[in-house]
Amino acid sequence: MSVSAITGLALLVLIAAAFYAGRARAVAVSGDKPVRLHSLPNYHGYFLAAWTAIPALAVVVIATIVERQLGMSAWTSAALTAVLSVLAGLAGLSLARRRINTGFRARNHVERLIDVVLLASSVIAILTTVGIVASLLFESLRFFEAIDWRIDRFLFGLHWSPQIAIRADQVGQSGAFGAVPLFAGTAMITLIAMIVAAPVGLFSAIYLSEYAGPTTRRIVKPLLEILAGIPTVVYGFFALLTIGPAIRGAAEWVGDLTGIVALQNAVTQSALSAGLVMGVMIIPFVSSLSDDVINAVPQSLRDGSYAMGATKSETVREVILPAALPGIVGALLLAVSRAVGETMIVVMAAGQGANLTGNPFESVTTITVQIVMLLTGDQEFDSPKTLSAFALGLVLFAFTLVLNVIALRVVQKYREKYD
Amino acid sequence: MSTVYHDTKIENAKVELDNVGVTYGSKTAVSGVALRIPDRSVTAFIGPSGCGKSTVLRTINRMNDTIDIARVSGSVKIDGEEINSKSVDPVVLRARVGMVFQKPNPFPKSIYDNVAYGPRIHGLASGKAELDAIVETSLKKAGLWNEVADRLDQPGTSLSGGQQQRLVIARAIAVSPEVILMDEPCSALDPIATAKIEELIDELRENYCIIIVTHSMAQAARVSQMTAFFHLGDLVEYGPTEAIFTNPRDQRTQDYITGRFG
Repeated sequence: MSVSAITGLALLVLIAAAFYAGRARAVAVSGDKPVRLHSLPNYHGYFLAAWTAIPALAVVVIATIVERQLGMSAWTSAALTAVLSVLAGLAGLSLARRRINTGFRARNHVERLIDVVLLASSVIAILTTVGIVASLLFESLRFFEAIDWRIDRFLFGLHWSPQIAIRADQVGQSGAFGAVPLFAGTAMITLIAMIVAAPVGLFSAIYLSEYAGPTTRRIVKPLLEILAGIPTVVYGFFALLTIGPAIRGAAEWVGDLTGIVALQNAVTQSALSAGLVMGVMIIPFVSSLSDDVINAVPQSLRDGSYAMGATKSETVREVILPAALPGIVGALLLAVSRAVGETMIVVMAAGQGANLTGNPFESVTTITVQIVMLLTGDQEFDSPKTLSAFALGLVLFAFTLVLNVIALRVVQKYREKYD
Repeated sequence: MSTVYHDTKIENAKVELDNVGVTYGSKTAVSGVALRIPDRSVTAFIGPSGCGKSTVLRTINRMNDTIDIARVSGSVKIDGEEINSKSVDPVVLRARVGMVFQKPNPFPKSIYDNVAYGPRIHGLASGKAELDAIVETSLKKAGLWNEVADRLDQPGTSLSGGQQQRLVIARAIAVSPEVILMDEPCSALDPIATAKIEELIDELRENYCIIIVTHSMAQAARVSQMTAFFHLGDLVEYGPTEAIFTNPRDQRTQDYITGRFG
């Protein structure tokens, strides 16, 4: 067992001991009449355990940082940390133990401690996010520096070819970082996916909430939600091995009949097959959220519409959908940001060629696919090639952020109107 | 259980119910209801909660069809025509029998579109001008025109509760129904808004057959000409409002209107 593991165990034992010591001490000072205490004995126990744990853990953290700076050997460092932390724990324990008496408000101290722990948890979540964004930002800045601050060429350039020559005499490896083909590919696949998912998802939500009987609903809804549980890699090889070849075959057949060259040149890894399969994947997002929203439309509106002599579909079109619109827009935008960020399906099914094309039968590439390509395999992490992945990540992050903000705004605006 | 009928001649019966019963699944909500409701008058359904008065009301425009487990038996006739027969399309029937609910339920549309809703789905107006006219007359009849004439494009939900309820009444009137059903139309409103709606009901009586379910006996006494008292799924007593309130013949009616229960 390593020294740090033994330290950890020792600290745990110490903290547990502190709890029992605090409880016993409280009972003792009350003269075996715990009723006389301000706080229950357990609270005194928690109080003591906390004041043992906090100094000990603080010492562990500080010692680890300082010792690394001083360049001590691993074993000495660990041993020193162990001794210091146990001492700090004992010191905290004995200081806190003196405060225990009948009037001591251990309960309130514990309450404040809980407050601090909860706050710390949420701060950790926020700090992590801030850290990720900061790292994206700084690495992106390094990338922009490497391309001489020609951010316009990155955002609006039409040619993407991130390979850079290692030797000056290599040809054809100039390194071009125009990201427009990636944006266009992402947009096309997202569009195809939404063309599939928006109507199918919305219509099945309407069927489930308005037309289906309770039994059908009980069976169909979980079945639909299974779609969301299929791993994306499974969708990916489904697209690659089944849908892709089928689309290619069909396109070639139609192309030969009609003589349209774009169809004759269809490839297996195409934007269409990736988009279609991704559309199927996000159907449950749209249908499940929309179904919840439609169910939340008050029954009184339906009754009102039926009482006017409206049929079911008129009621859905004229009353229920307008009332549920903000939620449905939210569901669709969520599906879009899911589609934009989806990686596995496109890596497998859309190909890697950074083609700037409007033809869905050609292979395209997306932001996420390129990030994977740039960062997998043997890479040096200060070349513009790998750094460009961070810039792409930043763009992706900014886009989904904007999308979420818009979704929130839309929801709020309509909610004011209709509630 | 047999119903006590005060002997009044109802010559112009608009709605006739005979041996009407409604069950929800295995639970019987009402049974054996027989009523002849006169045209161009207000008939009040009163009784304690859960007595089946709203259920009976909903048989008159077949709203019970929208509840899967509800089964209606017996005969309901409007102008002598059986509305539960297969040849009657409930969607068309509901254009003839309007309904106003307990809670104002304007649609998530503008004031104009709320009133134009019925005429549009039933194709009652042949052009924009005609539709405008229908909307204006309906709002005027509902006593709302002066308050909303300059903001017809605003959402119906932006109105106050009382205004919303009058908007809903205008929406019901817009398809020129013959019968208007009101299910506790004032229970969500304050006294001033209630007074306005009651005034409106009194005016509408000249042209429509109005049936109103109410928990307020004072309201029944104020607005109605005929009153039906329901108790535990039975129609107990039916007759002119004045006779029911001054000279109830069934002990349960008397107990209810004197406030001994309910």
